[in-house]
Amino acid sequence: MNGPETLAGAMPGRPKSAGRAWPLAIEFLFRKAAALAAFLAAAALFATVLAIAYDSRLAIHTFGVWKFLKSSEWNPVTDTFGALPFIIGTLGSSAIAMILAVPISFGIAVFIAEIAPRWLKKPIAGAVELLAAIPSIVYGLWGLLVFAPAFANLEPWISQYLGSIPGIGLLFQGPPMGIGMLTAGIVLAIMVLPYISSIMRDAFMAVPSSLRESAYAMGATTWEVAWQITLPYARSAVIGGIFLGLGRALGETMAVTFVIGNSDMISASLLMPSATITSVLANEFTEATTKLYLSSLIYLGLILIAVTLVVQFLALLLIRRLGRREGVAA
Amino acid sequence: MGVVARRRGVDVASKILMGAATVVGVIFLFWILWTTLKFGIAGMHWDLFTKDTPPPGTDSFGLRNAFVGSLTLLAVSLLIGVPIGLMGGTWLAEYAFRSRTANAVRFLNDIMLSAPSIEIGLFVYAIMVAPMGHFSAVSGSVALAVLMIPIIVRTTDEMLTLVTSDMREAAIALGAPTWVVITKVTWKAASAGILTGVLIGLARISGETAPLLFTALSNQFYSTSLLQPIASIPMVIFQFALSPYANWQQMAWAAAFIAVLFVLLLSLVARWLLGRTQELK
Repeated sequence: MNGPETLAGAMPGRPKSAGRAWPLAIEFLFRKAAALAAFLAAAALFATVLAIAYDSRLAIHTFGVWKFLKSSEWNPVTDTFGALPFIIGTLGSSAIAMILAVPISFGIAVFIAEIAPRWLKKPIAGAVELLAAIPSIVYGLWGLLVFAPAFANLEPWISQYLGSIPGIGLLFQGPPMGIGMLTAGIVLAIMVLPYISSIMRDAFMAVPSSLRESAYAMGATTWEVAWQITLPYARSAVIGGIFLGLGRALGETMAVTFVIGNSDMISASLLMPSATITSVLANEFTEATTKLYLSSLIYLGLILIAVTLVVQFLALLLIRRLGRREGVAA
Repeated sequence: MGVVARRRGVDVASKILMGAATVVGVIFLFWILWTTLKFGIAGMHWDLFTKDTPPPGTDSFGLRNAFVGSLTLLAVSLLIGVPIGLMGGTWLAEYAFRSRTANAVRFLNDIMLSAPSIEIGLFVYAIMVAPMGHFSAVSGSVALAVLMIPIIVRTTDEMLTLVTSDMREAAIALGAPTWVVITKVTWKAASAGILTGVLIGLARISGETAPLLFTALSNQFYSTSLLQPIASIPMVIFQFALSPYANWQQMAWAAAFIAVLFVLLLSLVARWLLGRTQELK
């Protein structure tokens, strides 16, 4: 039933066993069970999107797509809902996180791959990866009770010096509360740091050492090797790592909910409280009194998953591209 | 300033900046761990393990229901997640291997691996909580299992792929059917790696809060019923951290300390196991 046997290694696929007649039933069941499990794992993604889309049908029907996206009114009393404040909060806090996390992650990755002495590489890589193991709720607790009060002491200084610059000064106005869009962005930056830096590090390590060595032999400095040799070679994976971190930042819930302040007002200042799609879901889901309210919240979830899927799709494609090139070079 | 001096200057400056970036990352790690340790130990109390969460306004301590709830949730999600993850990974590595379908499944699985956990909560709300009409422990476990499966699928797939073909061929030459080859030879050869995947999966879901918000919710009382809402450590941290009561905030820190300790221990064991499998290669 399996056709002619193939030589292992000569063909893609595993060598197959003929076996006796009686265990064939078990063989059949085992194989089907494995296939079913793999199918479930793959289908979960489609099921998630479909189930969320189905549950938001009432809000889609009532508000449509464009009207929901651009309306900034979120009023449970009158049953009118718009996504704009939360989209701005999500994009704003993630943008701050990326502006902070990308250079720092790059620095860590270069430090581990090129600069650190051999004995220091493993402990530092391990420490940075531990940041990814800490549960997000603990980031939230720390952010709210430790980081935000400390940051509130720094905020008067920020608004005094950065707030007086014409133009970007508008971003740094307001009372020093410690919580707000900027705090959320900083906490998010710490959280995505391990993801971005470990992918960058792996990409830098995967650069063939012959390339690196020839550059050094030509008299290039460590920085020139990192910036002009390894970074261009590993570019697609580096961008993929950044997208992966962005996907994490967009979908992060608990830490953001604790420190963003949860206000549906749109404000130009990064020091003012804001709200993200995830934080409004976490705060209001169990309090949603009407069907339209609940459906609108799930509609926000649908917008978020659509955006994160696109970001993650790009991330994976870019990260895999480096792997393919390595395969050709080897 | 000459070209050489400028190049050397840029090099030294960049090294200092890269080192500073690393220090920033490590400082935040120690800051978070240190405060969790300090407030967590200060909040430790024997009653945490023997009494249930107190009603608001009283100054007693207790987290027993949350510990039992978390362990129940994790146990049930292991029961659901491990068989599906293990079999899915086995199908990829042993049956489908390098086929187009297998690569598509791997791609989708990788996307699920980094899907926001709150979306999984909404998904399980839609397929379980809404039809049942109420929040329940079992829906929380399903949500956690959905988060765990991609991790187990991926590590199982990778670890089985590392097993050399000689072993499979030797077993087949003895007349063993494929399922016997898999269960008695390749699973055994890759067992430490597969276990690592399960531990990493467990570490990831044990601190998850967002998916529980829409599924298991929480429960002020002791409960082990899978059909009722159930308390859990992450949800207790969420509720207590935002409360005005001093003893509630203290309990949030104690719970966070234990959650971090649990996750770090799991990661350490996983890393040790992984290091051992790599030595064998």
